[in-house]
Amino acid sequence: MKILVTVKRVEDYESKIKVKPDKSWIVTEGVNCRANPFDEIAVEEALRLRDAAMPSEVVIVSCGSAAAATEIRSALAMGADRGVLVKFDGAGPQSLDPDAAARLLQKVIEKEKPDLVLMGKQAVDDDSNVTGQLLAEYLGWGQATFASKRESLESEEEKAKKPGIAIEGGTAKVWREVDGGLERLEVALPAIVTVDLRLNVPRYASLPNIMKAKKKPIDELSPVALGVDTTAKVRVLSVEAPPARAGGQKVPDVATLVQKLKTEAKVI
Amino acid sequence: MANSILLIAEAHEGKLKKATLSALAAAREIAVRTSGNVVGLIAGHGIDGAAKELAAHGVRVLAADSAAFAHVLAETYGQLAAEAAKKTEATYVVAAATSIGKDVMPRVAARLGAGVASDVIGLSGEGATVHFRRAMWAGNAIATVEVTTPVKCVTVRATEFAAASAATGGSVEAFSFTPSAAKTKFVEFVPVKSARPELTEARAVVSGGRGTKGDFTLIEQLADELGAAVGASRAVVDAGWQPNDLQVGQTGKVVAPQLYIAIGISGAIQHLAGMKGSKTIVAINKDADAPIFQVADYGLVADLFKVVPELIAEIHKAKV
Repeated sequence: MKILVTVKRVEDYESKIKVKPDKSWIVTEGVNCRANPFDEIAVEEALRLRDAAMPSEVVIVSCGSAAAATEIRSALAMGADRGVLVKFDGAGPQSLDPDAAARLLQKVIEKEKPDLVLMGKQAVDDDSNVTGQLLAEYLGWGQATFASKRESLESEEEKAKKPGIAIEGGTAKVWREVDGGLERLEVALPAIVTVDLRLNVPRYASLPNIMKAKKKPIDELSPVALGVDTTAKVRVLSVEAPPARAGGQKVPDVATLVQKLKTEAKVI
Repeated sequence: MANSILLIAEAHEGKLKKATLSALAAAREIAVRTSGNVVGLIAGHGIDGAAKELAAHGVRVLAADSAAFAHVLAETYGQLAAEAAKKTEATYVVAAATSIGKDVMPRVAARLGAGVASDVIGLSGEGATVHFRRAMWAGNAIATVEVTTPVKCVTVRATEFAAASAATGGSVEAFSFTPSAAKTKFVEFVPVKSARPELTEARAVVSGGRGTKGDFTLIEQLADELGAAVGASRAVVDAGWQPNDLQVGQTGKVVAPQLYIAIGISGAIQHLAGMKGSKTIVAINKDADAPIFQVADYGLVADLFKVVPELIAEIHKAKV
């Protein structure tokens, strides 16, 4: 059993995001980067599946600049076995679009032949939520998007670090978070599973594991070596700041609030 | 021959989903600008009613009514929609950015060699050149994007487009297609039962956060008094106090009701990204410095357990 997990280097969601004056992109100077939080959940799930007595190799793949090796290294420090970096130097509006990323990953997967590919449901920079689905179609595989579980993140199962995805008889059984409830799918392996927020709480890397991770191998590939044309199908023409909401007023009591909702906002 | 804009419609329990009518509004706008016609595609088992409902909006509807489509699987629906797009010579494929739209549309795009603009909040560009506006970085930037492929796939955020109105000239015809066997099998669906309106479709939403300490009695009473949907912050859902699908935020549901009441919610960036499009925002929190007050039209600094019962009573009085 081999599990491949994709990890994207993104701007830290806790940093202040500002649009450049020329509206070409956001200001990236002084903004911290980290692994996409959904991808960390995917790494955690892969490690739990491995630790649940299935002899597995967990391979981390990232497409991006040389700096993305940092995020691969973080996943290795969580416990993954080795990394692959598909080096691509375009930044800002010249970043990889999800379709190019999916076609690069397709080639890596055809070489690596994993049984399961775990990915974040979306990256918190472009918020596209399409790469996993594109990849599944390119590979002709089944998919289960928005993987979750029925138990809460404060449940005993979660504290015991049990995997939320069940691997049985050559299939993955997955609870999915969908509109109006939870759906259970059974996907034949190999398959793509994209993960949602409530699948698990990712672990922190321990110091010994951080030291060990420094010795784990990271192979480097390139779009040229993989034979992939990275021309974007979706191009960002400009970005702007969202419309600002005028700071509102404080009301002293409930009576005033209701009166204002009735006569000023006219919503009740 | 005029090009077509293929709308992937959604039926739920035999009825057309409201989000589909918002997607239809976007599809119509594209059709007007590109001199095309909207063609609807609806799939499922026993979808006659939903197909007619869509046709009553002036749409030529292709209905794929078959046991093969009884459950939505991205694999089979992707094949079906790509086939319908080819048959109708579609230049655009449009769907609502629901959990189904998000699941299926990229597979359609991959089959058509198309780029996909997801979770679109508005159209821009000039004339027949249609560009798409979409939120990035949790709504901290709004990008204008161009899809460069001949066929363009688009999912739209339903709350950003007013539902299309009824129109004449629609029709329903059967669309027959047998997908190749799926590698995915539907096992079961566990609905979250609620008599309240659905979050993304409600006129008013009452949301509770950490401050409720997990007790949603008052939140629910207030919601019922207003005929509102109930929402929750991520902290509440992570704790298992409320079901997953009540989470409002960039990573949960994005809502834009007429009235949004945030109770005991501090207002983390990712929560704000999910509700700041609401018309009127009310915040009740005992921490005067909570970031939620920066986006609230009306803020009340108070203990929710004291003032929410008063609010319920006052709103009840205001109604009668």
